[in-house]
Amino acid sequence: MHPIIEISRLSKTYASGFKALEAVDLDIRRGEIFALLGPNGAGKTTLISIVCGLVTPTSGQVTVGGHDIIRGYRAARSLIGLVPQELTTDAFETVLATVSFSRGLFGKSPDPTYIEKVLRDLSLWDKRHNKLLMLSGGMKRRVLIAKALSHEPRILFLDEPTAGVDVELRRDMWNLVRKLRDNGVTIILTTHYIEEAEEMADRIGVISQGRLILVEDKQTLMHKLGRKQLTLQLEAPLDRIPDGLAAHKLELAGDGHELVFTYETQGERTGILPLLQDLREAGIGFRDLQTTQSSLEDIFVSLVRNGR
Amino acid sequence: MNLNSVRAIYLFEMHRTRRTLLQSIFAPVITTSLYFVVFGAAIGARIPEIEGVSYGAFIVPGLVMLTLLTQSVSNASFGIFFPKFSRTIYEVLSAPISHFEIVVSYVGAAATKSVIVGLIILATAGLFVPLHVEHPLWMLLFLLLTSITFSLFGFVLGIWADNFEKLQLVPLLVITPLTFLGGSFYSISMLPPFWQTVTLFNPVVYLVSGFRWSFYGIADVHIGVSIAMTFFFLAVFAAIAAWMFKTGYRLKP
Ligand SMILES: Nc1ncnc2c1ncn2[C@@H]1O[C@H](COP(=O)(O)OP(=O)(O)OP(=O)(O)O)[C@@H](O)[C@H]1O
Ligand SMILES: [Mg+2]
Repeated sequence: MHPIIEISRLSKTYASGFKALEAVDLDIRRGEIFALLGPNGAGKTTLISIVCGLVTPTSGQVTVGGHDIIRGYRAARSLIGLVPQELTTDAFETVLATVSFSRGLFGKSPDPTYIEKVLRDLSLWDKRHNKLLMLSGGMKRRVLIAKALSHEPRILFLDEPTAGVDVELRRDMWNLVRKLRDNGVTIILTTHYIEEAEEMADRIGVISQGRLILVEDKQTLMHKLGRKQLTLQLEAPLDRIPDGLAAHKLELAGDGHELVFTYETQGERTGILPLLQDLREAGIGFRDLQTTQSSLEDIFVSLVRNGR
Repeated sequence: MNLNSVRAIYLFEMHRTRRTLLQSIFAPVITTSLYFVVFGAAIGARIPEIEGVSYGAFIVPGLVMLTLLTQSVSNASFGIFFPKFSRTIYEVLSAPISHFEIVVSYVGAAATKSVIVGLIILATAGLFVPLHVEHPLWMLLFLLLTSITFSLFGFVLGIWADNFEKLQLVPLLVITPLTFLGGSFYSISMLPPFWQTVTLFNPVVYLVSGFRWSFYGIADVHIGVSIAMTFFFLAVFAAIAAWMFKTGYRLKP
């Protein structure tokens, strides 16, 4: 099927001369959940803003549902709902008024039943007559989502939807996203957290310094990135790895006081149990152990260093 | 034309007005009443009639014009500056709506409010001096045209201003002086010849003169010139607004 969003050779240089995006190519498939991962300042918001018409691209082309975002902006934009990263709301409006406004703004005729459904789905119905300035940050986030959904978009952009959000709202949000996906809505979300992408996305794109470093199915990527390290603090230092443990791909660290074991979390077997068994047989004791997961930042660094 | 979108913004803006009814309607009424007390009653009593019109009545069109200009500029500039400032404007900019439609909605709402305030001021004036409108249709046309033109100016100002000071300084330093020097309280013919010429560079002269003509049939410049100039200003501000949207000036990085 034709991609719902096609981005080709998209670049953005801000007036300051800063290159926020460089020749980004990306296709978003109809009905998928796509997670855009990247550290601060990578260009995630810039990319989204260009697709939504908030930032003027320097060069390149974007089509949404087959419509060019500049020449066919009406058709393109009416397909899109945007939940921005910043919590920006009209302080003096009520929840109901602001959500109904969004629907009208996007050219749809009023539909109180639908608005009620959106507000109920987001647990905002009881607060519909509250002024926005009286709402908590999490509630404002919900309002922004309700605004984005008010006009029944086919594509939903969520720019860091879970920044500063508690566990409950996060869970609600994921449920909502899944429900939307089941209704055929394409969802693009940005995040700093690989766990979040892991939980939700079908495909993941990694962006760093304005370049899209990789785009991959989640399964494939998770396999690549899902490495953990087990560090054992030894009772007695070793000067080399005993031959009996050679099969385990171990590394010595901390002047021989630590043994480091790298394993795949996604693998059928992690290999931890056989390792512990062999350690006992070799008579190597340890005082303590810890596991660490390579952070997203580490992964970016290694990705960038290894080229594309 | 995307009517649902235009209606949404227009009604949103009108609703904002209703919420701030006190300062948006009563403040200008009180200010104007004070002008009448001071200029009309206290000073006006010592000033002879101008071209057959009592001084109190003579200043009515100028006063209404003064209110129209300041109201239009401040309403429209605030109407667009505030969402820009609070960043809620992202929604309007990402909506399937043309630049023209954005301008029509915001400027339309600001102009509507100005017309309402203008009519209320007129009614208030009626309490102080006997009102007489020779050409009511022309009067309404001028009222409408001025409101639209200067709401458009306010809109442009609101996009240009990147802080509250600029937003407030322009009306204070430009609009108010131009209005005071634009023949609101006197006839241009009372000035020495040199200043009469200088005054012709003041756009407000054409507005006040045309507006006064619709009341009393007396004018400083020909009515045709007044109308032409008003349309000219409208075209200038519209061109600036169009340029701003085209280049994304202070709206889209
Ligand atoms: N209007 C602007 N003018 C100049 N530079 C800008 C502008 N907007 C963003 N940038 C710069 O472009 C880069 C990318 O910004 P962007 O907001 O797209 O990053 P991001 O990936 O969304 O980051 P974060 O995770 O912090 O939200 C940043 O270095 C930022 O400073
Ligand atoms: Mg961002």
